[in-house]
Amino acid sequence: MKPILEIQHVSKKFRLNREQQSYVSLRDSLSGLFKRKNKSEDFWALRDVTFNIEQGQSVGIIGKNGAGKSTLLKILSKITPPSEGKIISRGRMASLLEVGTGFHPELTGRENIFMNGSILGMTRSDIKKNFEAIVDFSGVEKFLDTPLKHYSSGMQLRLAFAVSAFLQNEILVIDEVLAVGDAEFQKKCIGKMEDVSKNEGRTVLFVSHNMAAVKSLCSSAVVLEKGTVKLVDKTEVAVSYYLKGASDILNKKTFDDDYNKPDFKLLELSLHSKGKPSEEPLIENEEIELETQIEFKNDSYAFYHLTYHLYNELGEAMFSFWHKDVNLRKGSNKIICTFPKSFFNTGSYYLTLFVVKNKTEVMYKETDIISFVVVDGDRPMGTWMGREPGYIKPTFTWRNENI
Amino acid sequence: MEYEIKPKNKLSLGLDELWQFRELFYMFTWRDIKVKYKQTVLGVLWAVLQPAAMTALFTLSFGHLIGQSYQLNMPYPVFALSGFIIWNIFSSGLSSSANSMITNSNIIKKIYFPRLIIPVSSVLVSIIDFFMAFVIFIPVLYYYDCSFHLRALIFVPLSILLACMSTFGLGLFLAAANIKYRDFRYILPFFIQALLFATPVIYPINLTNNKVFEFLMLLNPMSAPIELFRSSFTNSQMDFTLLTVSISTSFCLLLIGIYYFRKTESYFADLV
Repeated sequence: MKPILEIQHVSKKFRLNREQQSYVSLRDSLSGLFKRKNKSEDFWALRDVTFNIEQGQSVGIIGKNGAGKSTLLKILSKITPPSEGKIISRGRMASLLEVGTGFHPELTGRENIFMNGSILGMTRSDIKKNFEAIVDFSGVEKFLDTPLKHYSSGMQLRLAFAVSAFLQNEILVIDEVLAVGDAEFQKKCIGKMEDVSKNEGRTVLFVSHNMAAVKSLCSSAVVLEKGTVKLVDKTEVAVSYYLKGASDILNKKTFDDDYNKPDFKLLELSLHSKGKPSEEPLIENEEIELETQIEFKNDSYAFYHLTYHLYNELGEAMFSFWHKDVNLRKGSNKIICTFPKSFFNTGSYYLTLFVVKNKTEVMYKETDIISFVVVDGDRPMGTWMGREPGYIKPTFTWRNENI
Repeated sequence: MEYEIKPKNKLSLGLDELWQFRELFYMFTWRDIKVKYKQTVLGVLWAVLQPAAMTALFTLSFGHLIGQSYQLNMPYPVFALSGFIIWNIFSSGLSSSANSMITNSNIIKKIYFPRLIIPVSSVLVSIIDFFMAFVIFIPVLYYYDCSFHLRALIFVPLSILLACMSTFGLGLFLAAANIKYRDFRYILPFFIQALLFATPVIYPINLTNNKVFEFLMLLNPMSAPIELFRSSFTNSQMDFTLLTVSISTSFCLLLIGIYYFRKTESYFADLV
């Protein structure tokens, strides 16, 4: 069977008009009135993008801001034409670059369902047929005849998503719609989208910054970088490729002679998910190891210990820890601290290292000696895809006793 | 169903696509009417009140003067009101369609459908307004002892059609041009005001012997629909030169408007 969507050598060029700057004289301004300045520059938002999508696949499109994701979606949705190349589509496509396109604040909920549905390409009879279900899914039946401007933003969102949930098109192109809305809403959206792609066999193209959502929804993913396709692979591989490129924060630091002190020499500090090299991103629901390599040059090692302070991205100290049950030794040491699974919440963290003598005297201190980022792992479907509050999410032991 | 998305090269009317999206014409028109009169006490009555107020204003100020100096074949209030209700198709249709792409830019940037639907729907709104005003026009006509001739059955629809064609044509052109050069937005109200005086709305076509003015009246695409409309209830002789020239202008405007709009529409989302 032929792929449902073939994207062939698609490029998109924008012309940037550079305003003339700096030296401005009256003569320049006057002559400028009559002369057309053609200081335009071409900018390729997409360059030779080629990939195929098979029927029933759900594909994530990931990339940093400005990588061309939105432009690609706009071309797919026919909002803007490609400058070169073409796309062959073998199914009806619906694009949701925004939920609630065409919603008008002055119209009632009922009227907006019809308006939005028609703009999305549904026929009136389609909308009528699904009207009950849409209203039911949105949960705003009480306010159906109230103008939309009196709705809370959450209600507007639910209504908007409800309409899109009943689109019957074979191909759905969905932009970051999950970035908005509360936990319950997200759960509903993701659930519906899973339904559409996995159970109904429709094809979904999904753009998101939420790696947890991409991982859970999509079987494969396309990584865009500066307008070109960097990688098309299984989601797992593509996401970790993207995250590697995305974080400029290193999980590993090797030290030079500045860290060579009379008594000791600091060699290396690194973090990694257990069993993986430190180049791989740190995943929230895997064990994370902190490895410190330090060399003690003489017998003074016995008086030393290492203390670590951990800070969150706001610079607030979270806790302090040290290698309580492990002794240092003369020569090289490679001490490893293991954080249990799902200990850190996703986010950036900063570590401060202290080398302490006689348990009291700080011989050496380096603030923010290393920083690291913990990223989303995949989560079971139907769970909250956003970030939980807080910085740690320890696993506790629970039980329910009979009274 | 297989289709391709590729760089735009050929120019077509895209009628099949328009047909596919035909329900959207209805939805946009319906929405614009709803929204236009939401939160007003008088609601759709405003469609009637506007031309009525203008007629009253001109009857009180110039009515007497014009009625005495020219052969109108009808009382001045009928003359002015019939002029205004046709003129309003043009003036309100043109100003809303010229700005329609900008007011709907959030939709244009987010979803695809034939762009032609937006300006055409805003002209349709002014036609609905016309029908509202027309309902009021009939009693006014009979109050002043005038009545429709049988030929009104052809002349009235024809005059509406011609008014629409000119409005569509110019509206499409301005809607497209407005996206790139917002200057049109500021020129337009002035242009419409000025054109009113080169149209036989408040005074008859044979007002002056000024050649330039006569020429403008002749070229004016709104002259023919107004004259046609009026001759459906008077016995006045129609000026066939005027009809031919004015109707040709309408056709030209329509062609230019559609051509320019179709030519530029695919880049609207990039520019708006």
